[in-house]
Formats: sequence, structure tokens, C-alpha cells
Amino acid sequence: MGAILGSMQAIVPMLSVTLAALACMAAEAFREPGERMPVGGLGIVGLLGAGISAAFLWNGNTVSFGVISGDNFGLFVTLVLVVVGILTIMFSSQVIHRDGIPPGEYYTLILFSIAGMIMMATANDLLVIFIALEVLSLAVYVLTGIRREDPRATEAAFKYFLLGAFSSAFFLYGIAFTFGLTGSTHLDRIGSYLAAQSLSDNPLILVALGLLLVGFAFKISAVPFHMWTPDAYEGAPAIVTGFMSTGVKAAAFAAFARVFLSSFEPFSADWAPIVWVIAAATMILGTVVGVAQTNLKRMLAYSSIAHGGYLLVGLVAANEVGKAAILFYLAAYAITNLAAFGVIALLGARDQANDELRDYAGLWYSHPGLSALMTVCLLSLGGLPPTAGFIGKWYIFSAAVSAGDYGLAVIGVLTSVISVFFYLRVVVMMYMQERGTDAPRVHVNAVSMAALTVSIAAIFYLGILPTQVLDLAAQSIATIF
Amino acid sequence: MNVPLLSISWMLPVAGAVLLVFVGNADGQRNALIRWITLIVSIAVFVVTLAMWAAFNPGSAEFQFVERRLWIPAFGIDYYLGIDGISLLLVVLTGFLTPVAVLSSWIGIEKKVKEFYIFLLLLEAAMIGVFLSLDLFLFYVFWDAMLVPMYFLIGIWGYDQRIYAAIKFMLYTMAGSVLMLIAILGLAYLHNAATGSYSFDLLKLYTLDIAPTTQYWFFLAFAVAFAIKVPLFPFHTWLPDAHVQAPTAGSVILAGVLLKMGTYGLIRFAFPLFPLAATYFAPWIAVLAVIGIIYGALVAMVQPDMKKLVAYSSVSHLGFVVLGICAMNVNGMQGAVYQMLAHGVSTGGLFLIVGMLSDRRHTRLISEFGGLKAVMPRLTAAFMIITLASIGLPGLNGFVGEFLILLGAFRWDPRYVVGAGLGVILSAVYMLWMFQRVYYGKVTHAENRGLPDLLPHEWGSVIPLCAIALVMGVFPMVFLRPMEPSVTRIVDRLQNTQTLRVENAPRSRPAAAGPGEVSR
Repeated sequence: MGAILGSMQAIVPMLSVTLAALACMAAEAFREPGERMPVGGLGIVGLLGAGISAAFLWNGNTVSFGVISGDNFGLFVTLVLVVVGILTIMFSSQVIHRDGIPPGEYYTLILFSIAGMIMMATANDLLVIFIALEVLSLAVYVLTGIRREDPRATEAAFKYFLLGAFSSAFFLYGIAFTFGLTGSTHLDRIGSYLAAQSLSDNPLILVALGLLLVGFAFKISAVPFHMWTPDAYEGAPAIVTGFMSTGVKAAAFAAFARVFLSSFEPFSADWAPIVWVIAAATMILGTVVGVAQTNLKRMLAYSSIAHGGYLLVGLVAANEVGKAAILFYLAAYAITNLAAFGVIALLGARDQANDELRDYAGLWYSHPGLSALMTVCLLSLGGLPPTAGFIGKWYIFSAAVSAGDYGLAVIGVLTSVISVFFYLRVVVMMYMQERGTDAPRVHVNAVSMAALTVSIAAIFYLGILPTQVLDLAAQSIATIF
Repeated sequence: MNVPLLSISWMLPVAGAVLLVFVGNADGQRNALIRWITLIVSIAVFVVTLAMWAAFNPGSAEFQFVERRLWIPAFGIDYYLGIDGISLLLVVLTGFLTPVAVLSSWIGIEKKVKEFYIFLLLLEAAMIGVFLSLDLFLFYVFWDAMLVPMYFLIGIWGYDQRIYAAIKFMLYTMAGSVLMLIAILGLAYLHNAATGSYSFDLLKLYTLDIAPTTQYWFFLAFAVAFAIKVPLFPFHTWLPDAHVQAPTAGSVILAGVLLKMGTYGLIRFAFPLFPLAATYFAPWIAVLAVIGIIYGALVAMVQPDMKKLVAYSSVSHLGFVVLGICAMNVNGMQGAVYQMLAHGVSTGGLFLIVGMLSDRRHTRLISEFGGLKAVMPRLTAAFMIITLASIGLPGLNGFVGEFLILLGAFRWDPRYVVGAGLGVILSAVYMLWMFQRVYYGKVTHAENRGLPDLLPHEWGSVIPLCAIALVMGVFPMVFLRPMEPSVTRIVDRLQNTQTLRVENAPRSRPAAAGPGEVSR
């Protein structure tokens, strides 16, 4: 019994979130029609439990059932996901009542997808990664289309589902090939088997690698597998978009880095050039197409594609700095992007999303506080000091430079200048244009305001005093790889 | 010295800005209070910078008042501040011009007064930070952070084309500076390769032995970033837009301090970090500088808009500064720093007075004025002094810098002096011609007859400017002495590299030197 309990340590964070999800379902089942229950509160309790247990597991290097490993890398991402979850729920507290989204289902789905994300970040077996991928994806497909009366949301969910299923098939096929070649789906055993192989003896390795790469590239919306992203992000409710663009990306990147930087590390000379091209294309396309957008959600969708490209730079660099940079960047990006989508969500109305760029004209004059917060988020996304985004970009590019890869670093900085152009378009709208129509003043409830305040404080904290989180990120990669 | 003067000098404006955030001013009922708070804060900062000067040891070339704390130890990034004679004077200039800018917007800014002054104070903090930083990472943070408040100042409170100008300003500067970021990271990486630890410490990076090819690339990355800021021809196209569209305070700060960050960067970073590359590229940069001097002057001559005229005159004057730096001898470099200060005062003054005219008439076209001498004699007198200072009349501030630069350039290569000398003449042409058309003759527009002369708060900004212009012209040693050891040190460093590597450097030129030394 003690042995079983001991071996369960690593799944405690996941378990905590799952229990909260089940509790939400139960609460919804027993709810009287019309009764308002603090379901979101249950979710926050579960997420806090996950966060606290992750903190206790730090440096523990526990492994559960041989497939879930509570190493610092997975735990760091778990903590990021916990923050993403808590902020999402806090922002949702106002938004879903306004939009008439059923809270029980909504929070349950959010929690289940976070459980899947945590599983994905901590799994060290390809099959478990696949299961986690499906758990989180199914929940997110439903969340995308949760406003059933909105045709755009339905279309977005459908597109996302079809392409996602397609990419899952690729991924599964890649697992099958890997298993056929190595006789295992466990990352460590794959790694030790591959270390003794060479590509000329076994060209099928490249096929396995390519299929897995396609699967991951879909989930992190890297070019050319990004097609679903703008539609899905535009169609989904703003807060769900924020959740998808941060949580799903963080989980997928964690698994991506784990698979490619440990198991497939011996073949990094073969996959690195491919990922180099993908990273460059992702950064360039994300920013250049982003310039042409007039819908804020769509613009931020392209921006999040570009940010995936910056994260890939860390993967290509594949050195100590790069690995830690991925983790720091994930944290910085997650908080910033989620806060930006939080503002968009708060400014919407039930019958009108208010997410076109022109809807933001003169926002400063009607909502000075929200505009200032939005500006901080945009400047952080653009990588201007003293914000989290600046330190993140600096970290990523220093990884590229220390790997001797000046080319990718130059592409990275130049595309981030282009991205500043479209982030500034929003700022121009908010501050330098007069308001066209008198939109009603939005009242922000205390919980959402607290979430915004915490996010902004975190953006400045990571931008001005990043040392502690940088050290944590550096510790996280020391245990694996 | 236990008082952290340097930290105080940049944190004080930040504290002022934070204070302003908490002043409730929804309907503008507390505008006067906000103006006074900002004025007092900015004067306090000026006093702090003067205290620095008072405690500064002018005989030393070392960095003084050094403050150093660990910031991001994993990467060898420190919060590392210090000043030498060059940065001291530029910090004092910043401290001096900010209250002037505050006064210049005393009446002109009526919309969102609180936010305007918050951005102005944040801008001051970032500018001072740029001059204080001895850690390249910290420097870059201030350098980039400075863009944001300036962007808002131009974009919200500027004239008709303000949005275009603001975005252009931001993107131009960023495009240049991100490449510098790569070069900074590359330097830290080289330091890691050489010593086993990352470092962004400027003084440590000075000692790095960098391969020539790497030097060329890194130098170009730095030089382009600074050349855009200066702005050096042909990177100057953002400047007329930004200057013309910015509110008066923005123009004063932009011309007075921001442009100097570019030339300061050349002196502090680009040249001494990569002496070999600097020697190689200096002749080319000097050619661009001379083109800028003449081009700026010629374009200024035909401008119908006073603000645009002054903006192009900046291109011309900053060309002199760059020429002086490229000469890489003590005279040229001292002249360059002196000209930076002088240009800050005189062009700041020009923008200030043009702003006063534009506030009164809501136009800046020269043809809309004429005969103002009869209407506003005191303003005319002030403008006269500043104009003559800008032209470089002996006895006023502009003369000393230009003379030293021409002297330094002559010791290096007299051909540059021919072009630059032409610029001196042209500057007299465009400035005096504008002065004549605006102030002399008959009052041609009836609406100009009733314009008020200098108002009390305008006296407050005009008198110090004229006084400084005069002091700088008559007692140049007051300003030359503190900077001399620092300038000599940088020049020594550049010339040592030249003599050491003169045979290796492609297309190198004989090392011209200070007094008494003969070119080989």
C-alpha cells in the first residue's frame, strides 16, 4: 500500500485538477435550475491544490507508474498551467454569465483540459502523451464551440476538430513507427535505443521523426500547419482563445521539447535544420500576415503563431540556455497573452464581440484603466522593456546567439519589430483616435480586476526582477536532458 | 560618497510619475497642481545632477559614483551605474532641459495634462538611465524603454500627422536597435567563450580581443542603431516627421537630448568596443557626416515651416558631431561632446521659441509671420541670441564646438573640413534668412499685431537658455575640463589600436593625433 501511494506522488497535481473537475460536474448535476453556484471556486481550489503539490514535488524527481515523471521540467510547466487555469477561471467569472454560457459544463471542460495538459507536460511515454493530447484536445474542441448559437464558433470548432483529428492521426502513426523501430513507447528506452543507431542504417527513423514533428507542429500551430489557428481563435469566445493560445501551446511545447530534446536528441543534427526552417517560417508568416489583420482576435492569433516561432528558436538552439529559455518564455508569454485576451473578453458584449480593431478607437477616453493594462500586455508581447516579454525574447535570442545561430536571431529580432507595428496599431486606436460611437461603459467585476492586476504585476515582476524565475527555469532543465 | 546620487537621479522622475498617477484629475481640475509637481520634480532632478557635478573629480578619467548590484547573476548582468566627464555633462544637460520642456508645455498642453507629464517624467528617467549605464544590458533596457513615452508624447499630443510620425519614430529606432541587441548578446557570448562566464560589463568587454571580421559586423550593428538615432544621413528621414509633429516639449527633448544618445553611443560603445572596425569605417562615416552637414543645411534653407527648418538644421549640426568623433583625436572628440551640449541648448531653445509662436498663431509657416520685432521685442531678442548661438558666433556656445571639431578634422584629413566649412556658412544663411523673414520688415498679417510678448513662465525657460548659451561661449573651460580626461582615455584607446594593428587593418589610414604629433 505504501509503495502504491509512494508511486502515486507524481500524479497528485493532475489528480487534484481531475477531482475538481468531477466535483464541478457533480455540483452541476445537483444544481437547482436558476441557482448560482460558485463552481469556478471549486476549480480554483483544485488548481491551487495542483500548484501546491507541484511545489512540494519540486526536486523530488518522482515517477508514477513508470509513465508520469514529476521532474522539475514537468513541474515548471505544471505551475505555468496552474496559473493559466486560475487566471482563465477568474476572467471567466464575469464573461460566461454575460454570455450565457453554462458554468458547470464550462468549468468542467476547462479543468479536464488542464488535467490533460498537465499529463502531457509530465508524461514520459509516447502513448500517454497521446492520451493526454486527446483529453485536452476534446475538451478544447467543445470549448471552442460552446456558444452554439454563434455560427462562427460552430464553424471554428468544426475546423479545429477536423484538423486536430487529422494531426492526432499523424502523431499516432509516428508513435507506431517509433514503436516498430525501437520496440518501446517509453521515452528513455527510445532514447537509449536510438543513441546506438544511425540514420543510414535505419532511414525509417526519419519517417517516425517527421510524423511526430507534424503532430506537434499542428498543436503549437507552426507554419505550415497553422491554418486552423486564425479561424479557431477568431471563432471561439475570447477567453477560451486566450486559454487555448497559452495552455495548449505550453503543454504541447513541453511534450515537444521532451520528446525531441531527450529521445530524439541523438538525431538533432537531422531534425534541427527542419525545425530551423519551420521556426523561421513561423516567425515571418505570423508577423507579416498579422500586419494585415483588422480583427483583434485574429491579429493576436497570428501573433501567437509568431510566438510559437520564437519558442522554436529555443528548441533549435538546443543548448542549456535554449531549454531554460523555452520555459521562461512559456511563462512570460502565457501570462501576457492571457491577460490581453482577458481584456478583449471583458470588453465584449453578449450580442457583440467588440473585437474589431475599430471597436478600440478612443478606448483610452472611456476606459483608461483597461487601455493601460492592454497597452502593457501589447508592449510585453512586442518585447519592450521593462516587461516579461522583453526578458523572454532576450533569453531566447541569447540562446540562439550562444549556439552560434546568428541567422535565426536576426530573423527573430526583425520580425519582432514588425510585430511591434501591429501591436502599436491597437495602441494607436486606443489612444490616438477619437471614439466613433458611444459604446456603453463596461463594468469589470472584482475577480476579473484582481486577475488583471495580478497579471500586470507578474509582467513587470518578470521584466524587472526575473532572476528567481530564470533560476527556476535553469533548475528545471538540469534534472532531465 | 554614500548617497547613491546616480540611482536617485533616474528614480526621482519615476517616483514623480508614480506620484502623478495618484493625483485624481478626471476633469482636469488639478492641472495646475500637476504642472507644479512636475516642475518641482524636474528641478529637483536638475539639482541632483548639479550635485553630481559639484562632487565630481574633474581630474580623473575613471568612472565615478559607481553603483553596482547583482541583477541577473546567471548571465553576469549587473545593475551597474557610473559616470565619467562625458556622461556627467549629458546628464546635466538632460536635467537642465527637462524643466524647460515642462515650462514650454505650461499652457500649450490642455488635453490629458496628467498623462502628458507622467510620460515626460518617465522619458527623463530613461534618458538619464541611458547615460548612466555601464552594463550593456541595462543600457539596452533604458534605450528601448525610452521609446515608449516618446511614442506616446508624439502620438497623443502632436500635430496633424502625429500618428504617422510616432510609428515611424518607433519602428525606425527599434529596427536599428534590435540588431544592436544581437551584437550585445554576441559580445556576452564572446566573453563567455574567452573567460567562461557571461558578462555585459562594459569595462570588461572593452578588454575583449575580438577578431577583425566579428568586429566589423558588431560595429555595423551598433553603428546603424546609433546612426539612426543621431540621425546620420541617410538614416535621417524619421527626424523631420517626429520633430515637426511632436509637441513643443517633445521637440525640445528630442533635439536636446535624444539625438545625443546616438552620438553618445558612438563615443561610449561603438568606437571603443571595436576600435579596429572603427578605424576602418570612420572615413566612410565621416563622408556621410559631411554629406549630412551640407544636405541638412540645403534642405533647411528651403523649408517654409520653421519647425522643419530647425529639424533639418539638427541633421546638419549633428553631422558636425559625428565628424568630430570620426576624427578620433582629442580636439575632434572634445569638440563633438561640446557641440552635443551646445546643440542641446541652442536647438532646444529654437524649438522652444518656435513653439511659443506656434502656440500663439497655430501655424509654423514662415510666410505667416513677418515684422514680429515690433510686436514682441523681447521674444525677438531671445530668438536672436539663440539663433546666433546656433550659427556658431564666437562668444556663444555653438562656436567652441564647431571650432574644435574643424580643428580636429583638419588634423585628420583637411578634405573633410572643406565640406564641413561650407556647412558653417550655409547655417548662417538659413538661420539668418528665417530670422529676417519672421522678425524684420513690416507686419504683413493683421492677426500678428496683437500677439503678446514673453509670458512669465516663458521668461522662466528663455532666460536660463540664453544665459547658458553665453556662459558656454565665454567660459568653455568650465565644460571642457571635466570631460578632458575621459575623452583622452577614449582617444588613447582608439589610437593605440591603430598603431598596434595599422599593418593588419585593411585600408587603414595614418593615425592623426593630438597637439604636437605629426601624421606619418
